[in-house]
Amino acid sequence: MMRGFYTLFIKELMRFWKVSFQTVAAPVLTALLYLLIFSHVLQKQVQPYPGVQYVEFLIPGLAMMSMLQNAFANSSSSLIQSKITGNLVFILLPPLSHFELFLAYVLAAIVRGMVVGAGVLAVTCWMAPPALQHPLWVMVFALLGCGVMATLGLIAGIWAEKFDQLAAFQNFIIVPLTFLSGVFYSIHTLPDIWLRISHLNPVFYMIDGFRFGFFGVGDVSPWMSLCVVFLTFLTLAGSAILLICTGYKLRH
Amino acid sequence: MPDAISFRSIRKQFGSLRALDGVEFTIQEGEFFALLGPNGAGKTTLISILGGLTKPDSGKAEVMGFDVQTHYREARRNVGIVPQELVFDPFFTVRETLKFQSGYFGLRNNQNWIDEILENLGLEDKADTNMRALSGGMKRRVMVAQALVHRPPVIVLDEPTAGVDVELRQTLWDFIKRLNEKGHTIVLTTHYLEEAEVLCNRIAMLRQGKVIALDTKDNLLSEHQSVRSLNIRLSGGNLPRGLHNKLISKQHDQYQIRLSSPEELEWVLAEIRVAGLQILDMGLDKPDLEQVFVATMRRHDAHA
Repeated sequence: MMRGFYTLFIKELMRFWKVSFQTVAAPVLTALLYLLIFSHVLQKQVQPYPGVQYVEFLIPGLAMMSMLQNAFANSSSSLIQSKITGNLVFILLPPLSHFELFLAYVLAAIVRGMVVGAGVLAVTCWMAPPALQHPLWVMVFALLGCGVMATLGLIAGIWAEKFDQLAAFQNFIIVPLTFLSGVFYSIHTLPDIWLRISHLNPVFYMIDGFRFGFFGVGDVSPWMSLCVVFLTFLTLAGSAILLICTGYKLRH
Repeated sequence: MPDAISFRSIRKQFGSLRALDGVEFTIQEGEFFALLGPNGAGKTTLISILGGLTKPDSGKAEVMGFDVQTHYREARRNVGIVPQELVFDPFFTVRETLKFQSGYFGLRNNQNWIDEILENLGLEDKADTNMRALSGGMKRRVMVAQALVHRPPVIVLDEPTAGVDVELRQTLWDFIKRLNEKGHTIVLTTHYLEEAEVLCNRIAMLRQGKVIALDTKDNLLSEHQSVRSLNIRLSGGNLPRGLHNKLISKQHDQYQIRLSSPEELEWVLAEIRVAGLQILDMGLDKPDLEQVFVATMRRHDAHA
């Protein structure tokens, strides 16, 4: 029954794995560079939480940021490429259900996010081994965070008709949301107005919850973060499935 | 027994363009059917509706009795469509492409049938080649193979031989003919009318989104049987003035003259004799599908 889903899921995995140098190695290297530069510049000036060094603080944030950006990139770039080259027709003609289509794209993107995240942790942990106090929270936020971004990528891929539209989505929405989410700083160090604005950013909750799993401290309660991230996921998933069901920009 | 394909009052508008305007016809199981028409007549839109790629504004399309919208999964399992545009996934080899396509249709162990398709389409040597490295003709073969992986009872080919060499055409049509003999319904659009004439037994002609002719090939041809043309080579002077309004074409001393009825032949020959000309060579042309097509399109335009 779910053979169609399974096949599309495997195809999506193979698609990024065949170019893993670009889809996995490159983002891991970028995260490593961020870490080297920022830790060098800020290590002595900033101590975000008592007893937590800036490098330790930065590593989970960078890992999560890379995971989120790559989960988004996987579903969105796969869809837009298929749309522009025209081979999406081979996925639209078979009897794949709307839900199978949704699940395959989103799960494959989550896998890419997790692989990149594991890569970032693997190459950065030598600088400051992460504490990992609540591994379950780490997994929950990693999976849910990637799920949110994978779904958003699916929506962006369905919506965009050209590569530059997708690039605009990425540069003007995804990058600001992730950069301004507390990857590089604790939001408590921000002026009041920015603190309030940060609380409206769902990515902040993903990163804060993920970081809580490592240090057992966060800017807000992990349960609060879980609620926000889960509701965001449900809303986006519902919207994406609705778009697929109606055939918006896929079936004319 | 349900029809293999049925279209009921299909209408589709793209902006100000009326792509399909009340298309209605059915195709029986086992037919070899040609859908003909000039560019922009609506053939591809109609096929897209069948595959669920396009949604009609109104009307209903069914494949093997399954509505393409309300029972889309069953409908799609029953039809294999070869799209007109040459598209492929550059990440994978031919075999990977076909394995994935089988999986999308819910098939697990499809290796034997994939091998059979590869062999029948002359693709065995290319099975492990990346799609990017294939020539245009080879890519086209893979597209045909992709449409056949799930052994669909209805096979739709949208201009499968556009821009491909003679060898592929032969290979492709031999295979498709065999599938038709085994009971598969075949629907074909093509600009090569001689292909349609040789292969198909029933024909629909589309123009500006409307069906303007729908009949068996034999009926369409016999309807135009009275229209023939005479090919004649003359020496000793030019074509007599009285025959100028019958002239279709002229090349050096060779003339093609339209005959509205077989009886007209005697009158034409008499005119030539009276003018004192010598006949070097002559022959009669029977109407072919191309002439029927052109005549049908002209008649439609005259009434439009």
